[in-house]
Amino acid sequence: MATETPPPSKTPAQLPSTEEFVAVSESAEFGELRSSYRSFAFPLTVAFIAWYLLYVLLSSYAGDFMGTKVVGNINVALVLGLAQFLTTFLIAWWYARHAAAKLDPKAEAIKSRMEGNA
Amino acid sequence: MSPTITIAAGAASEHRTLIITLFSVFVAATLVITVWAGRQTKDAADFYAGGRQFTGFQNGLAVSGDYMSAASFLGIAGAIALFGYDGFLYSIGFLVAWLVALLLVAEPLRNSGRYTMGDVLAYRMRQRPVRTAAGTSTIVVSIFYLLAQMAGAGVLVSLLLGITSDGGKIGIVALVGLLMIVYVTIGGMKGTTWVQMVKAVLLIAGALLLTFLVLLKFDFNVSELLGSAADNSGKGAAFLEPGLKYGVTGTTKLDFISLGIALVLGTAGLPHILIRFYTVPTAKAARKSVIWAIGLIGAFYLMTLALGFGAAALIKPDEITTSNKAGNTAAPLLALHLGGIDSNWGAILLATISAVAFATILAVVAGLTLASSSSFAHDIYANVIKKGAATEKEEIRAARWATVGIGAVSIVLGALARDLNVAGLVALAFAVAASANLPTIVYSLFWKRFTTSGALWSIYGGLVTAVGLVLFSPVVSGKPTSMFPDADFHWFPLENPGLISIPVGFLLGVVGTLLSKEEPDKAKYAELEVRSLTGTGAH
Repeated sequence: MATETPPPSKTPAQLPSTEEFVAVSESAEFGELRSSYRSFAFPLTVAFIAWYLLYVLLSSYAGDFMGTKVVGNINVALVLGLAQFLTTFLIAWWYARHAAAKLDPKAEAIKSRMEGNA
Repeated sequence: MSPTITIAAGAASEHRTLIITLFSVFVAATLVITVWAGRQTKDAADFYAGGRQFTGFQNGLAVSGDYMSAASFLGIAGAIALFGYDGFLYSIGFLVAWLVALLLVAEPLRNSGRYTMGDVLAYRMRQRPVRTAAGTSTIVVSIFYLLAQMAGAGVLVSLLLGITSDGGKIGIVALVGLLMIVYVTIGGMKGTTWVQMVKAVLLIAGALLLTFLVLLKFDFNVSELLGSAADNSGKGAAFLEPGLKYGVTGTTKLDFISLGIALVLGTAGLPHILIRFYTVPTAKAARKSVIWAIGLIGAFYLMTLALGFGAAALIKPDEITTSNKAGNTAAPLLALHLGGIDSNWGAILLATISAVAFATILAVVAGLTLASSSSFAHDIYANVIKKGAATEKEEIRAARWATVGIGAVSIVLGALARDLNVAGLVALAFAVAASANLPTIVYSLFWKRFTTSGALWSIYGGLVTAVGLVLFSPVVSGKPTSMFPDADFHWFPLENPGLISIPVGFLLGVVGTLLSKEEPDKAKYAELEVRSLTGTGAH
């Protein structure tokens, strides 16, 4: 708690120099972290936006299909809408798992080394 | 007066003491929290970021409280009650949008910024122009959003206390404005966060109660609930399919796509949501808050389905529309019907749900005011006017005065906007956020080549395009539902500008960058990238 309160200066005392940041950003270790993050987050973002847009377009232009009854009064539109909820929950869970397993250990290793050196 | 308003107002006036008591209890409790939080607010990190000591769960709750606005509760339930399935489309966009925040924005922002959205936008750019731009768009987006909440407050109180006079509604808007000034100037982020947590719990509990009662009426048979909703709406199976609101013509279909894009890309550019991630100690905790928020908000939107279709099944559609044209009163009316129109239970339930909605509005306006006054004080006053030489005390004093100023402005504008559609206004705020803020956030974090002029082109270009198109859209003039129904200077056919303004915002960021001769600061980008992914040197 108290450790999180920053000192009144513009930057915290332990901030490494710009040269160190540049060196780390070019290191293989950071490269791995960056690609591990980007290769997961970017395609997934494109995918869920495409899936959402597909749903929006179907709602606009495929009324008959969306109105097809599945069970009782529950139709395709409702099922697809609920599927958007489900995929949102699943993607959130999947990202959290990926981040904890693949990103956090790498990020923490770099952070503690940089702050220790400073 | 229509029968329902008379019934509601009659039931309400009989129990006016109860209603006012419930309101007062909530207001008193939040004021106690505010004063308590104010005593612990000593430095800038306390005022802007609540001391950065909240847990991921606490912040997730507060994020939900900040996000589930009057538009969600009153607006979506009302839209489902009137337009059936098309109302549900709002919920889906509002929820899926959180994945953008989770995957691309929350953690990098927490790692590299301190107090405002401008901290990240201006990180590797020339400070003064970019902070001015960030401050401007923060304030514009927040004021659009504030108007929606103010309009919601007016609607609610006119139903509840039977106040239909303009003077009465303006009085309520002024009261809301006054309370939010008090919350923010005294309690800062700490007080605001606790108010939002309390409100989130109340709102979810209220929605759970109504959902349970609706499902109980239909023996927990969802298909039967949907069937009765379709029958009672008078529209049959079409009520359960997309198209009643947005499927009418080619233009309304485009409008729906525009709305859909604005909703899904807007959330991660809303300043009052973004600054919430500064209230936790680490990026991991920020991630945890988004995960909690997705769970809570998702569950809540699922319940609005039951509320909306429940209202459609149990209340005659013209009862809803005569009470409020846009359907904003469907949820409170549903409470009245579930409890029994002539019974004490009906009135008690109506009062409780209305008090919850009122709490919702107060918590959201406090968050919005805090976001805009923080940005004014930290981005514009401290870094532009004082060129970074302001002391923390001066900065917080500026933030408090800005709160008073923004409160006053929104009281005036809120009084003018008191009859506008709540969910529609919020959708505009989303469109502006997605056009002006999101492109610069994404480019700043992930595009090495991005420059100051790219940022300025994108922020101002997105902002001017979005607001300009709204100005010349049917929202402002040319339709009976417009802000100025008697004038007609609209030429843009869509109500939501997102379809045009969001691509324009993204495109201008690229154009501005490529046209300028300015060299991007590569070392500063390396610093931002390492900090945003690892949390090195995070405040």
